[in-house]
Amino acid sequence: MEHIMRLLLSAALLLLSGPVLAESLVTENLVHETVLDNGMKVIVKEDHRAPIMVSQVWYKVGSSYEPDGFTGLSHALEHMMFKGTESHPPGEFSRIIAANGGSENAFTGRDYTAYFQTMSNDRLEISLELEADRMRNLTLPAEEFAKEIEVIKEERRLRTEDKPTGQLYEQFTALSYRSLPYANPVIGWMNDLEQMRVEDLAAWYRRWYAPNNATLVVVGDVEPQAVFQLARKYFGPLKQEQIPVLKPLREPPQKGEVRSVVKIPANEPYLLMGYKTPAATSAERPWEPYALEMLVAILDGGNSSRFSRNLVRGSEVAVSASAGYNAFTRLPGMLTLDGTPARGRDIGQLEKALREEIARLHSDPVTEEELERVRTQVIASKVFELDSVFYQAMEIGTLETIGLDWRLIDQYVEELKKVTPEQVREVAQRYLRDENLTVTLLQPLPMDDGKPVRSSTGGRHGS
Amino acid sequence: MLVLLLMLLPVQLWAAPAIQSWTTEKGARVLFVPAPELPMLDLRVVFDGGSARGAIPGVASLTSALLEEGAGDWDADEIAQRLDSVGAKMSASSQRDMASLTVRTLTEKRALTETMDTVAQVLGAPRFDPLAFERNRKAMLVSLNHDEQSPGTVAQRTFMHTLFGEHPYAAQVEGTQESLARVTREDVITHYKKYYVAKNAVIAIVGAVERAEAEHLAELVSSGLQPGERAPELPQVSDLQASRTLVLPFPSSQSHILMGQPGMQRGDPDYFVLYVGNHILGGSGLVSQLSDEVREKRGLSYSVYSYFSPMRRNGPFLIGAQTQNAKAAETLEVIRQTLARFIEQGPGETELTAAKQNITGGFPLRIASNSKILEYIAMLGFYDLPLDYLDTFVDNINSVTSEQIRDAFQRRIKPDQLLTVVVGNEQTPAPAN
Repeated sequence: MEHIMRLLLSAALLLLSGPVLAESLVTENLVHETVLDNGMKVIVKEDHRAPIMVSQVWYKVGSSYEPDGFTGLSHALEHMMFKGTESHPPGEFSRIIAANGGSENAFTGRDYTAYFQTMSNDRLEISLELEADRMRNLTLPAEEFAKEIEVIKEERRLRTEDKPTGQLYEQFTALSYRSLPYANPVIGWMNDLEQMRVEDLAAWYRRWYAPNNATLVVVGDVEPQAVFQLARKYFGPLKQEQIPVLKPLREPPQKGEVRSVVKIPANEPYLLMGYKTPAATSAERPWEPYALEMLVAILDGGNSSRFSRNLVRGSEVAVSASAGYNAFTRLPGMLTLDGTPARGRDIGQLEKALREEIARLHSDPVTEEELERVRTQVIASKVFELDSVFYQAMEIGTLETIGLDWRLIDQYVEELKKVTPEQVREVAQRYLRDENLTVTLLQPLPMDDGKPVRSSTGGRHGS
Repeated sequence: MLVLLLMLLPVQLWAAPAIQSWTTEKGARVLFVPAPELPMLDLRVVFDGGSARGAIPGVASLTSALLEEGAGDWDADEIAQRLDSVGAKMSASSQRDMASLTVRTLTEKRALTETMDTVAQVLGAPRFDPLAFERNRKAMLVSLNHDEQSPGTVAQRTFMHTLFGEHPYAAQVEGTQESLARVTREDVITHYKKYYVAKNAVIAIVGAVERAEAEHLAELVSSGLQPGERAPELPQVSDLQASRTLVLPFPSSQSHILMGQPGMQRGDPDYFVLYVGNHILGGSGLVSQLSDEVREKRGLSYSVYSYFSPMRRNGPFLIGAQTQNAKAAETLEVIRQTLARFIEQGPGETELTAAKQNITGGFPLRIASNSKILEYIAMLGFYDLPLDYLDTFVDNINSVTSEQIRDAFQRRIKPDQLLTVVVGNEQTPAPAN
C-alpha cells in the first residue's frame, strides 16, 4: 500500500500538470459529511494511523461579530464554557476529559470560537455528550464570572499590555480598518472587559450557540457512520435558533497612506506595514487571493525566499523580515510585511528595503523558478500536514466556519498551480500601493531598568 | 451516567512503536521507527554539545545557527535553494544538553537524495564563513535585546542562571551581551570540532523507508563526521544551601513569579513518582492543585503551572505564574502554601487515580504522530534510556502510590531551599526573614 502511495506521489512531483497528491492522500476521498435535522453540520475525516481522534466543535462567532463596547465577549464566553451546565458543576467538564486521558482546550479568533478534545478513539462519545450539553445548557454563574474576568484581564496583560509588539499590533489594526470589526482585538479592549457583565455573556450565548450555527469536525481512527450516529444521539435533540443575519461588511477604499508611531519601553525598533487585500470569501476575481498567497511565499516562503536572500543575507538590512497573508478569512484582511532592522541599520533603511521589494514586484514578473519552488513547497507541506490530526481538523473547521467549503483544501493546490507571473504582478500593482497602506513603527522608550536588584537570602518560606 | 460508566473502561492496549537501533561505521548511535503510512521522513541528529559544553555562553547556539550558512561547495543561498526546491524543512538549535539538527522531507527519491546530501554536508563540512559568523553574532545580540523586553523571559533567564550557580548549566543558552561581544569564529570551530563527532551523536529516524534505506541514510548523514569521543560526564548540580529571593524591577503591569530548585535527572530512580506527583501539583493544566488554588478559586493568574525538566543532570523543578503587580504578594503566598501542603500531605487517592487515568489513558496521544515519535526516540537515545521505555511507561505510571509521592517530595523538594524570582513593578515586598 505505501509503495503505491509513494509511486503516485513521485509521479505527482515530476508531472506538475498531472494529479497533485496521491489519491489516498486527497482530502475529498477521506472525508464524510452529513447535516443533522436541526441544521448542525458534521464532518468526519478518517486517519487510521493511530487509535486516537480529535473532536472539535466550531461556532460561527468571534470577535468580528462583536459590537462596540462589547469587544472580547466571544473570548470571555469561551472561558465561561468551562464553568458549568445544569448537569455538570464548574470544572467538571475538564475533570471528566482528564480522567479519560484526554487533552482539551478552546480557541477564539476573529471569525470563530472552537472547542476541542483529543482522546483515545474509544472516548469519542464522552466528548460529544459533554459538548452537546454545554451547547445549550450553560449556567454562567455570576460568582464564577467575577473570578474568570480577572483571569481574562491577566491574559490580556500577558499577551498585550506587557508586550511591545502586542501593543503595536493593536494600534496598527485599530488604525487600519475604518469599518471592519477586525479593528478590535480578539481578547477585547481592557475598558470593555472592565464593563462586561455576565448578562452580556448570557445574551451572546443564546444568540450564537445553537446547532444550526455550529460544525462538528472529527478526525482520526473513527468510523464515519458511527460518528454520525453518536452526533445524532447527542446533538440531534438540541433546538435550533434563529441566527441573526449578518450584514455584508466592506471596508471603504483607503485614499492615502496612514502612518503612526507607538512609543513604549522597549529595546528594539520594529516595523509593521499592511496593504488591504481581498479574501477568498468575497474576491471579485477568484484567482486573486491565490496570486497573493503566491506573492507572499515568494517574498517569505523558506530560506531561499527574497526576504531571506536579499534582506537578511544580501544587504543585511534586517535581522528578520516576514510577509503574511491569509486568503481564508470571513472578511477581507491585509497583506502584511514586518521586520526588525539589523544592528547598525535603522528602521528607515528597513522600510526602504521592504518598499523596494514591493516595487520590484510591480515592475518585474516573478520567475518561473520561484513559482515552481513555491508549488513544490505547498505540495510537500500538504503531505507534512497529514502528520497532525489536529491540523487536519483545524483546516476543515476554519473553512466551514468562514462560509467556504472544506473541498477547497484540495482545490487550493490546483488554484495555486494556475497562478502566472503576470497575475502576481497584477495583484501587486492593484493592491500593494501606497494609498492602500498602513505603517506603524515601534519607537522604543528607555526600559528604565537602572534600579538595583533587590535580593534577600535565607529565611524559610514554607509553612 | 454514561460518562461514569465509560470512565471504568480499561485503557485499551496499544503497543508502542518498535524501535530499531544500531551503530554507524563512524560510531553514531541510530534509533529508527518505520512509519510507512505517509510518504515522508523525519530525521534528527543530536550531539552532546549544547550550552553546557560551550567554552563561552552562546557559542553552542551560534554553531547551530551557522550550520545552514554554508557547507562544502555551497553557500547559504545554495543550501536554502536545495532544500526549498524539494519542499524540505531543516532547522538547527541548541539547548543546555543537546545541539540538534532536524529535517523533514518527502521520501520521493529526488527530494530524499537532495535533502540528505545537504544534511551530510551541513553536518560534516560547515564553512563557518567569517561574514556569516559576524552577521549571526550581531543577530543574536538583537535577539537578546528583544527577549529582554519580556518580563517572562527575564524572569526565566534570571532563575536559570541563579539556580545553577557554578554549574555549566548556568551559562545562558542564547549568550549574553558580554559573551557575544567577545566570542570568535575560532570559538565556534573549536566547539564544532570537539562535539560534532560521531561517537557524540545520536541519529533518530522516523519515516516511510525500509531498514536498509534507513541504514544508508544514517551512514550518509554521519559520513563527514570525525569519529571523535563522547563528551565527558557533566558534574552534579549542587542543591541550594538556603532560600533566596530576587526581585527585579520591570516596566510591566504584571509580575512574573518563578519558584523552584534543582529537580531531577533523566533516568532518575524517582522519575515516575515525581512525574505523577507533579502532574497533580501543577502539571495537568486546569485540573491541577496550583491551577485550582491560583486561577480557579482566586482568578489571580491566566497561566500557573509546575514542571520538572529532567536533563543529563538535575534540571529545574519550577513553579510559575504571572499576575497584576498589586496581587504579586498574594499569589506568591498561595503558591507557597499550595506547595507546602502538597509536600506535607501528598496527593489524595482520588486525585492520584484521576492523574493515572489521564496519563495512561492519554498514552496513545503521546506517540500518535511521526513528529512525536521522533521527539521520544531522540530523547531516549540521547539520555541512554532503555528502548522499552514506551512499552513499560503505562506500568511504571500505574505502580506509583500516594505514599511514594509524599515520600519523594519530602526527600527532594525543600521549602527552605527555594529560589524565588519576581520580575515586575516591584510591588512584591522582599520576604521578611
